[in-house]
Amino acid sequence: MAKKLMLGNEAIARGAYEAGVKLSSAYPGTPSTEISENIVKYKEIYSEWAPNEKVAMEVALGASISGVRAMASMKHVGVNVAADPLFTASYTGVNGGLVLVAADDPGLYSSQNEQDTRMVGRSALVPVIEPADSAEAKEFVKIAYKISEEYDTPVILRTTTRLSHSQCMVELIDREEREDIPYVKNTEKYVMMPAKAKKRHPIVEARMDKLAIDSCNMPVLNRAEYNDTKIGFITDGIAYQYIKEVLPNASVLKIGMVNPLPKNLIMEFASKVDKLYIFEELEPVIEEQVKSWGIKAIGKEIFTKQGEYSANMLRKEFLGQEIIREDLGNIPGRPPVLCPGCPHRSVYTALKQLKMHACGDIGCYTLGALEPLATLDTTICMGASISTLHGMQKAKGTEFIRDWVAVIGDSTFLHTGVNSLIGMVYNKGVGIVMILDNSTTGMTGHQDHAATGKTLNGEVTNAINLQTLCRAIGVKYVEEINAFDIPALKTAIKEAQKRDTITVIITKSPCVLLKSNHFTTKCIVDTTKCVKCGACLKPGCPALSKNDDGTIKIDPNMCNGCGLCMSLCKFGAITEVKA
Amino acid sequence: MEKNIMIVGVGGQGTLLTSRILGGIGDNDVKLSEVHGMAQRGGSVVTFVRYGENVREPIVEEGQADVLIAFERLEAMRYINFLKADGVLILNDIRIDPITVLTGVDKYPENIVEKLKKNHKVVAFDAMKIANDLGNARVFNLIVLGVCAQFMECSKEKWLEVIEKTVPAKTIEINKKAFLTGLNLK
Repeated sequence: MAKKLMLGNEAIARGAYEAGVKLSSAYPGTPSTEISENIVKYKEIYSEWAPNEKVAMEVALGASISGVRAMASMKHVGVNVAADPLFTASYTGVNGGLVLVAADDPGLYSSQNEQDTRMVGRSALVPVIEPADSAEAKEFVKIAYKISEEYDTPVILRTTTRLSHSQCMVELIDREEREDIPYVKNTEKYVMMPAKAKKRHPIVEARMDKLAIDSCNMPVLNRAEYNDTKIGFITDGIAYQYIKEVLPNASVLKIGMVNPLPKNLIMEFASKVDKLYIFEELEPVIEEQVKSWGIKAIGKEIFTKQGEYSANMLRKEFLGQEIIREDLGNIPGRPPVLCPGCPHRSVYTALKQLKMHACGDIGCYTLGALEPLATLDTTICMGASISTLHGMQKAKGTEFIRDWVAVIGDSTFLHTGVNSLIGMVYNKGVGIVMILDNSTTGMTGHQDHAATGKTLNGEVTNAINLQTLCRAIGVKYVEEINAFDIPALKTAIKEAQKRDTITVIITKSPCVLLKSNHFTTKCIVDTTKCVKCGACLKPGCPALSKNDDGTIKIDPNMCNGCGLCMSLCKFGAITEVKA
Repeated sequence: MEKNIMIVGVGGQGTLLTSRILGGIGDNDVKLSEVHGMAQRGGSVVTFVRYGENVREPIVEEGQADVLIAFERLEAMRYINFLKADGVLILNDIRIDPITVLTGVDKYPENIVEKLKKNHKVVAFDAMKIANDLGNARVFNLIVLGVCAQFMECSKEKWLEVIEKTVPAKTIEINKKAFLTGLNLK
């Protein structure tokens, strides 16, 4: 049998392939992105990028209703966007199996919050399945499809950053080609108007009650490992590995289906161990339920609700091992920065020079909140830049937001920002919206979107023209400006500030990391002309630093020749040369 | 082989590729853990590789690393507590100023290597310089990996085979050359 070292996300894609999935839809988001990037390699599965997670969920649901197995994948906050179809898909149930992969981010490696999707599953009355490594991830995807079809329900497969982005050996087996399930019109099931939905609700509740009993006899998912019974752990996901690492002799109840919980199995396990601990990352989802059944257990009293768990937590708590840290004095932090040559740096430089406030959004340009650019006032969620600015203007009046802009990326604009702009136009809003168009979904690793002209599998497709789109919505003043043309940007912003209507400024310049982006120049310093004024350092380009004498040097290995520093030097000390 | 390896560096330096090559040489069980997303943009990045009979957790924690590969001096300092008492630090001895230093908020610490050498076995060299001499600064990570290979139980042939499978096709030869340069570095 072939074996391969696979990322958790790659294994989830493989699981979809082996399970006979025929359609996948997703919006990129760390840590879920590589699921689609691997699914697209299987020609048997139709896969696409959706403009947002709600669309992805609905596309997958449609495929399911039509009779094939389908998958939607997204990061945890994407589940919020997809919550509307998810909560009602719980009522309709499925025809072909339907799995939503939700990737949580304990520790916030690349997210704006640390929410726990297991709670969404509880709230939506949808089963949640959670693997503990890549091999299980592949296997659990296949089990998820079986449960989905057998119990007539969408299933959430929950992963976390650590699992999605870790690799372990996975056994590969063949794809199970499946006959499509015939579509039969069934309005009682699929038309969720009040009278019909009311009848579905008890069916959903009964389904979850049945699963809670049946899952006590699903040993691949829920497994009691009895060893020394002095202490026992109930755990799920990656946390299981930390227990096995440190306390291999402890008894463990490994929960693979975290919603609904296998109540009888838990009661039995609790009765057999002297002291019961519940070791789950983030919220006390298992703990609160177990305690509500009158079982004594220790959980969040000693284990945190924040961040990732670790083996060292257990070494400290159970083995009394403390880490002895060498004191080496102050170690400066190294926060992420915009890349050398990033067009966002230029836009923020212009905004900073004009002393503007900015409502921010989700993407690489969120880094504009950090020093030395420090231009952003807010960052909430996908699309929020435009609507929060609109809210401020309506609440406090136009003068309040004269020196404000909303900044949003091209992919984020198409995700949900466009709705906000529609609201702004419809309600006669006033303000400046800057779409930082770098022709890609940057932060997640360069995925195409509806304005790039390419699909997930690289086919050429219609590219939405953002200028035309904004005009069609009703924005009268729409301008496109090269992101590196700071004088033009400043002029456009100053003009827009005078208007009592909406201006959209599209700053156009491709992401510096795009493979199609070729650089022909680099910047060099003539130190004899450098007067050590530091003007070129203000935008915080990591390629620039100071020589011992205070003059500037540019690292030729890092410089991408964008020329921003050159444009800021009034003494002609920085020039461009052929790369 | 039972070993815990940790690779630290600055986003964009190629820690991912390095850990994937390391993952490829495993004989029994192996687990890797990577960082994607925001931290990849010039921030402090960490990847882990663990070899063993039956590897459980995919990360290497404080006090657990046999080998700490650092692509930059300050990052070596930041993560030195992850090294076991008898572990070895393999250091690409270069300085990349974090933004806080560039803007004058923080000072880049002095004499890092000397400080680290007090309590740890340190192999330090400027792989960037060697890579530049080879004609491609980007392959410095393979030079570091070559030095790391001096401390690992894996044949040269296996290393080269995995490198060939892992790096982009166009860069196979220069990457192999860089690895061998590191392997033979005294």
